[in-house]
Amino acid sequence: MAYDFQGKSIDHDEEGFITDVGDWSPELASFLAEQEGIALGDEHWEVINFLRDYYNEYQIAPAIRVLVKQMKKAFGPEKGNNKYLYELFPYGPAKQACKFAGLPKPTGCI
Amino acid sequence: MAEQDLIIPELGEHLPTPDIAEDALADVRSYPAKPQLQEALGFPTELVEDWEEKAIAKMGELLEKYRSLRLYLDICVKCGACTDKCQFFLGSGDPKNMPVARQDLLRQVYRKHFTAGGKYAPDLVGAKPLTREMLDEWFTYYHQCSQCRRCSLFCPYGIDTAEISMAAREIMDSIGMGQKYTNEVVLKCHQIGNNLGIPEAALRNICEGVEEDLEEETGVSIRVPVNEAGADVLLVAPSADFFAEPHIDGLIGYAKVFHQAGISWTVSSHASEAGNFAMYLGSYEHMHKVSTRIRTAAIDLKVKRVVMGECGHAWRAAYSFLNTICGPWDFLDPNYPIPQHICEFTQDLIERGGLALDPTANDHMTVTFHDSCNPARAAGMGGYPGGQFEIPRSIIRACCNKYVDMHPDFIREKTFCCGGGGGLLTEELMPVRIAGATPRLQALKQVMDNDGVTHMAAICAICKSQFTAILPKVDMDPDMIVSLHQLVSNAIQLGAKD
Ligand code: SF4
Ligand code: SF4
Ligand code: SF4
Repeated sequence: MAYDFQGKSIDHDEEGFITDVGDWSPELASFLAEQEGIALGDEHWEVINFLRDYYNEYQIAPAIRVLVKQMKKAFGPEKGNNKYLYELFPYGPAKQACKFAGLPKPTGCI
Repeated sequence: MAEQDLIIPELGEHLPTPDIAEDALADVRSYPAKPQLQEALGFPTELVEDWEEKAIAKMGELLEKYRSLRLYLDICVKCGACTDKCQFFLGSGDPKNMPVARQDLLRQVYRKHFTAGGKYAPDLVGAKPLTREMLDEWFTYYHQCSQCRRCSLFCPYGIDTAEISMAAREIMDSIGMGQKYTNEVVLKCHQIGNNLGIPEAALRNICEGVEEDLEEETGVSIRVPVNEAGADVLLVAPSADFFAEPHIDGLIGYAKVFHQAGISWTVSSHASEAGNFAMYLGSYEHMHKVSTRIRTAAIDLKVKRVVMGECGHAWRAAYSFLNTICGPWDFLDPNYPIPQHICEFTQDLIERGGLALDPTANDHMTVTFHDSCNPARAAGMGGYPGGQFEIPRSIIRACCNKYVDMHPDFIREKTFCCGGGGGLLTEELMPVRIAGATPRLQALKQVMDNDGVTHMAAICAICKSQFTAILPKVDMDPDMIVSLHQLVSNAIQLGAKD
């Protein structure tokens, strides 16, 4: 399973998450989002950038609670809530935003 | 991300026995584990060449090891009592999800190879060879069983389909046919210490964040300590309690309980998982490895007690196996149960007047309780029969003025599985999960309509996640699922006991 992107083949899993974080680029994020009918704007990037920074530091995507808190801190309460995040990423920040950010989907008892 | 074609059930007043729908869930298959993953767990990387022979040999080995397995395969009289007891059958109508049919997938092969009748008159006794087709059916339908044991309760011989499912999975792993979801989780647990793969730094970050929030909200400094040697209690919670909603509200509840009790506690980054997915594989070796992390952490942190958080199958694993597979625990304080469930811990404090609880804090809710199948049918609590049913209810009643039970046929030992246990809590099995959740949600709907129930509490990480995922699909509010200790958290009067 692979995406054909800019002449390169990029492996992904059954749900479309790229399997090597190193394959990621901002252009790839836009490409992945387009596939799901989303044009990435500044608001999306605010979330995606935080996810990537957090992942680089902690090797796991942030818990939703951590993400919401951070958004609130950085951009105020209008952006620091679940509803806002679901408007941006209708399939949920954990699933969809992580996918665009190139992070593995957190799995377990969640 | 295309949504699968989901059949969304209509929830009526009663749960009808469904019309038979042949093969309704035949195409819903777990993703297979990739070669690297299989290898890391010590399983063959892909289906081995002589898989039939190897599978039969493995079956023989398991029959020797577990006498009950042979017994279960021998004694079924096809009375049919179990047929309408499995939530996956009730929610789908797929006859292969009738417990006896699920057992028969393995039984037919057993008859062929391990009984005289099967050898000489296979057609008469329903004996069949293990063909590739049969193996594929095993993979499909043994991963549509949450190992909840509801069927065994209604079987006059107590035949436990869960044990048969576990054996089938163990055989499949041994010939290179693993399930991606479960195997990935087991590997993360071995490598990082928990099912989600939360490394130590992230765990600290999360717990510090919770401490900050708690201080801001309550004005009291409430700790969520990580790796603090010398604490009295090691709390082993499911990793979802550090990550997901509403689980984290349960963690906050534990923290408040410890705070008010004045008992020092810690979580461990080495044993940052209560669950034991190796149980779903049926693998003793992996179970042992996962459980041993708890032992190591308890010794390293020099604790006196081990308390398990809200997790259904974790409690089953801890309750039935912790002592046998990684005991003795003689370095712990013998005055307390080893291990102890967080509900036993909280209940004990309530009985001794150690918690100041104001149930009016939960007056905006009318609460019901989902008995998770593992505590309900495969473990106990409080050291007396039925303790696992009374203790959680008694805590809820101490914290809430309005509590209502669901229909007696669907609670306590007869509870339904949430539909996500046993290694099914994965996206590709969504149609199976919806089918499995339907009976529980139907019973819930009934008390919502008749008694004004607004919330359902649970003490299992998987149950909470599963319901949170399924409720919106049937147009119900996912926030109605709460952690039991979230109710405690709301009711506890901080400062009252200082
Ligand atoms: S899911 Fe539960 S009721 Fe259904 S077959 Fe498995 S153990 Fe039995
Ligand atoms: S209830 Fe027990 S004996 Fe009867 S068909 Fe089911 S498994 Fe067989
Ligand atoms: S998820 Fe909950 S209800 Fe389902 S198998 Fe586990 S303990 Fe049982």
